[in-house]
Amino acid sequence: MAGGRAVVDLPTATRRIDLKTKLLTLFVVCTNVLGNFSMSWGMKHQSVDLGLSPLAYIRLIFTPWVLLGTTLLILWLLSRMTLLGWADLSYVLPMTSIAYVLSAVLGKVFFGEQVTWQRWLGTAFIVIGIICVGLTAANTTNQEPAR
Amino acid sequence: MKWLMVAIIVGSTSLADLLQSFEMKRHVVAAEDLRPGRLTAMLRGLAKRGPLVLAVFFMAISFFAFMKLLSVADLSFAVPVTAASVALETVLACLVLHEKVTALRWAGALCVACGVTLLAM
Repeated sequence: MAGGRAVVDLPTATRRIDLKTKLLTLFVVCTNVLGNFSMSWGMKHQSVDLGLSPLAYIRLIFTPWVLLGTTLLILWLLSRMTLLGWADLSYVLPMTSIAYVLSAVLGKVFFGEQVTWQRWLGTAFIVIGIICVGLTAANTTNQEPAR
Repeated sequence: MKWLMVAIIVGSTSLADLLQSFEMKRHVVAAEDLRPGRLTAMLRGLAKRGPLVLAVFFMAISFFAFMKLLSVADLSFAVPVTAASVALETVLACLVLHEKVTALRWAGALCVACGVTLLAM
């Protein structure tokens, strides 16, 4: 013990920070995918012509599916802000791109949207990109650990 | 209308992300602050930071443009096409935020950008 705090060896501490960053990345992806899905479901099942009136959009926010989507996207915003403090922007962007793939899958399964071979090829590219970026250090500018 | 919304989303998202990354690195939020009991205090703290308020403003613009886009386009088009910002933001992260973008990370970002373009086709 030193100064009332346990001494943790550096590799263990680094692994813990890395795990927390990856768990938060997972949370960011889940809230984004489910939020976008709820929003899309709500928008496709509304019968009002939106036009460009801000009031129509504000009224729409309080319909159940859009409200659920908005809540999830607020959680996504807050968790992503925190993640941007823990990791590089150039790390967070590709790592969270799996959300695009999952959204395309949900679009096919629940909305019957057509997913062509180009989209599946695009999915493969995104997954390869995520693996490449996942092999690099999450934070290259700020060495302060996420406690 | 569809492509105008895409342009608004990409532009405002890039600005919002740069501002958030810059400000959140100046005052890092600890994992303990994410607990439900501390969430209000965390939110209050975030609301006092100018660059974050500006970032939220740009995100709000992006959000309403995204709502409009969803009403005129498929989800499987709307979500991937707005990821055009990935390549742009990686360049800006290197130039503006001085992040060390290694060859492997550039390759990954390029793969993601190509993938997103294919998804949007």
